[in-house]
Amino acid sequence: MKHLVIIGNGIAGITTARHVRQQDSRVRITVISAESEHFYSRTALMYIYMGHMTYAHTKPYEDGFWTKNRIGLLRGYVEQVDTLAKRVRLSDGQWLDYDVLVLATGSVSTTFDWPGLTASGVQGLYGLPDLERIEQFTKNIDRAVVVGGGLIGVELAEMLRSRHIDVTMLVRDTHYWSSTLPREEGKLIGRHLLRHGVDIRLQTELKEILAGPRSADASGRVRAVVTKAGEEIACQFVGLGVGVTPNVTFLKTSGIELGKGVLVNKYFETNVADVYAIGDCNEFRDPVMGTDGTLRKPIEQIWYTGRMHGETLARTLCGTRTAYQPGVFFNSAKFFDIEYQTYGTMNAEFIDDEQTFYWEHPAGEQCLRINYRKTDQSVVGIHAFGLRLRHAVCEHWIQQRTPFENVLSQFDQADFNPEFSESYINQLTGHVPTRKGWFKRLFST
Amino acid sequence: MLTIWQRIGLTAFLIGFALFIATLSLSRYTLTDKVLSETVSKEQLDAIRSATASMHGKTYTSSFGFVADYRTAIARLNEAYKQRNETNLLIPDYAFLVTKSASTGFFPENSQLFFWLSLLLSVGGGLLYILPTQRELPGIKNNGIYHSPATNRGWIGIVIGTFLIGFYIVLYFFPEYLTNWVLMFDPLSRLLNGGPASQWFVYGTLYTLVILVMGVRMLIKYRHSRYQQLRTLSVMFFQTAFAFLIPELLALFHQPAQDLKNMWPLDYSFYFDYRIDEKIKAGTLGMFMLVWGTALWLLGVPILTYFFGKRWYCSWVCGCGGLAETLGDPYRQLSDKRLGAWKLERIVVHSVLVFAVVMTALVMYTYLSGQTLLFGFLDSNGVRSVYGSAIGAVFAGVVGTGFYPILGSRVWCRFGCPLAAYLGLVQRFKSRFRITTNGGQCISCGNCSTYCEMGIDVRWYAQRGQDIVRSSCVGCGICSAVCPRGVLNLENDSITTRQTNPGPILLGNNSFRIQQ
Ligand SMILES: Cc1cc2nc3c(=O)[nH]c(=O)nc-3n(C[C@H](O)[C@H](O)[C@H](O)COP(=O)(O)OP(=O)(O)OC[C@H]3O[C@@H](n4cnc5c(N)ncnc54)[C@H](O)[C@@H]3O)c2cc1C
Ligand code: SF4
Ligand code: SF4
Repeated sequence: MKHLVIIGNGIAGITTARHVRQQDSRVRITVISAESEHFYSRTALMYIYMGHMTYAHTKPYEDGFWTKNRIGLLRGYVEQVDTLAKRVRLSDGQWLDYDVLVLATGSVSTTFDWPGLTASGVQGLYGLPDLERIEQFTKNIDRAVVVGGGLIGVELAEMLRSRHIDVTMLVRDTHYWSSTLPREEGKLIGRHLLRHGVDIRLQTELKEILAGPRSADASGRVRAVVTKAGEEIACQFVGLGVGVTPNVTFLKTSGIELGKGVLVNKYFETNVADVYAIGDCNEFRDPVMGTDGTLRKPIEQIWYTGRMHGETLARTLCGTRTAYQPGVFFNSAKFFDIEYQTYGTMNAEFIDDEQTFYWEHPAGEQCLRINYRKTDQSVVGIHAFGLRLRHAVCEHWIQQRTPFENVLSQFDQADFNPEFSESYINQLTGHVPTRKGWFKRLFST
Repeated sequence: MLTIWQRIGLTAFLIGFALFIATLSLSRYTLTDKVLSETVSKEQLDAIRSATASMHGKTYTSSFGFVADYRTAIARLNEAYKQRNETNLLIPDYAFLVTKSASTGFFPENSQLFFWLSLLLSVGGGLLYILPTQRELPGIKNNGIYHSPATNRGWIGIVIGTFLIGFYIVLYFFPEYLTNWVLMFDPLSRLLNGGPASQWFVYGTLYTLVILVMGVRMLIKYRHSRYQQLRTLSVMFFQTAFAFLIPELLALFHQPAQDLKNMWPLDYSFYFDYRIDEKIKAGTLGMFMLVWGTALWLLGVPILTYFFGKRWYCSWVCGCGGLAETLGDPYRQLSDKRLGAWKLERIVVHSVLVFAVVMTALVMYTYLSGQTLLFGFLDSNGVRSVYGSAIGAVFAGVVGTGFYPILGSRVWCRFGCPLAAYLGLVQRFKSRFRITTNGGQCISCGNCSTYCEMGIDVRWYAQRGQDIVRSSCVGCGICSAVCPRGVLNLENDSITTRQTNPGPILLGNNSFRIQQ
């Protein structure tokens, strides 16, 4: 491999570049990306809008890092991939040859063909241009609608509330994020959203977006949405948080086989030699199995998988062909003030062989759920709201199929809350306090 | 958006503050016999009286004119002494005392009115501004920090910074222009320590008040975090009791006024001759103070830092830290995170430590041997006065605090404090303290690095699954508090469990070693 070309400077592409450079000091590496000059953390977009950080803070590496590590950065949009001649064409007409091509092009916001979608002030949140438009369209407004009760939906709601904009949130199901959360947790988050002044409308779907009169140069400004039940909700901005779709349309004519995303095997190989796909944009032909024996979804659009893909692929590219084998699933998020961590398999609806243990703090803003198999009592999934759990310990329990009773009785080991936090463990277990006191923690090893 | 109470509070604060500043210009100054006989030494009284004869009975409307004339007169007198080689007669600088005592008119007679009015308006207004933040739900609310010109190095920040810098320069180098403040604080000073106020008493009182008021702000802002609350209460307590009240009361009982939590080498004059003598003179209590002060840095630092990390001092006890964690909190995000800043920090802070050690060694040498020169050229008095003004005044005060709104709240602690350097060495190499990163949960968002007042690029470690073991970390815990994914935790555990290499690859197979 003489020239490695990576399309996309997100977490997946950049992790590949960094790890290849660590193992191979000679190969030429070029990262082509359209959105930004440098790698930045997409997950921090909301904090830029809310004024917690500036764009510069979201860049995990100093600008000099890339020259120092001889990772070439090329700002540009790839319009065409010519796999026969092994080269790519940028929108300015320039061609670039590659020996190995890595597609790490991420996602785009999903939209449905709602009438009125093109009205101005209707906006998803995926990248910097979106953020700019949100900034522009939410200046001096006081009413907004957020469509979709998922992670990006709640981030949009939090962003808007931080500017004191009234938010109505349309959620299709009977509780918040029902595709992932069991009922109690969905309710808990629903209550929290209410406390934060989000007018959350359950079992409500968007039918149409109404726009004001068109101006000469642009489509009209959004003025209201209409729900399937026929209700009209006035607003000056609509935030779309109904999910993301792999960003692969520019590959349609490339001969690279596509499903929803770029189809790959567990080595991230596409149907074309020397072309790989990682991160949000890929789709596994055959779902991979995690080390805990559970099948993973064919498309997993989260930060951590992008990073793991990148690390694994870098090994392959540097000569050790390595299959992707993710460990116990994990993820995390934050809903306004409530942090959320999840480990292993957590079904929104319980399956037959499963039992569940659920504890909720009396104040109703913290909870913990442990799911385990009826048959051998082994724990399969743990998640927590408003509590911090220790990743390594949770992973170990699930990986080792630890029986529920043992997990519960040793739960203090998974406690990752800051010192002096209220101890919830004895409430949780009903046992005598097992969490070591401050003094004991200090002087024992 | 401000509530009506916050608007009222802000207005009251600004009025109180403006009034406080304005008092500096409210006096008239008249030099009289009485003024001189109260302030200058008896032997020099006549000489000074005749040198300043042209000022007598004349009323100055500002301290500038008064001080200038007085200084010119004394300079002329001293010049004459020098020409006649009578250096033993040289007049020391009485400008501060003379100006204070020469103050007349409406203001000195009503100074208590101004004192209480400005104090109540600014403290009450400040609290009124702060307390309504209660109504926001608890949680991290850094909304708008980078939109506000007060906290993003915008014009308000620059105005505040300029004021603070000016304040420190006047305080350290031109206290004679602050005499009206000192007058206002005289009664409080008499009450506490039995004597008149000095500019340092004024400074100490303001310092404590600021920590208390801004401490209340911290308590509200972090009311969801016990660690933050306890830590804030701790610095509020140590400032009020140890730095402020106890030394004043000690003075009242004619004992050495020692801040018992301060220690060498931050307290760089601890081993200066006059302070040692003062303690020896004070008998048992003085000896205790000497032993205590020495034990604190000799034993306390290594032992406590071994168990808790340097945070036990820097963000729980220290006065400089206390100010940084309260008044400085709105500015913590302005610290420089660049690699270059870290390099500079290591060079500068360790140089100051070496400087402090060498300076103290010279002073001790002089104290014990009676010689001021070492190797024929190192003059301990010279070195110590350079240290005092360059490090003690300019670095710690003018730069350290004056630049809060521009360089962040811990410039002194990070680049200048010799004690921090010493604590840091222990923390780096021999301590159970570390910040643990939680497996693979980091999303590289950057909140931790942004809000680290010490400019540590916390994310650099977190995204690699590596524990943060850095000599400069003061253990404020804010990185952990602002992390939206629960990645960071301040922990004490056996040194061998510190994970100082990048975490094992975050793959499936044996992706994590369990730390127990
Ligand atoms: C608002 C928001 C919040 C999120 N929060 C979380 C979270 O908390 N936790 C979590 O796990 N995940 C989160 N995610 C998901 C996570 O950010 C993504 O899974 C991850 O960033 C995907 O990384 P990637 O490298 O695959 O692609 P991307 O980060 O999307 O990078 C792809 C880059 O390629 C560029 N590109 C695409 N096509 C071309 C082309 N043809 N030519 C040139 N350049 C091109 C794009 O401009 C883009 O910059 C969030 C996503 C969003 C939008
Ligand atoms: S690393 Fe964290 S605890 Fe240490 S100084 Fe920085 S913010 Fe405070
Ligand atoms: S704040 Fe937390 S998630 Fe964000 S970069 Fe720091 S450690 Fe990672």
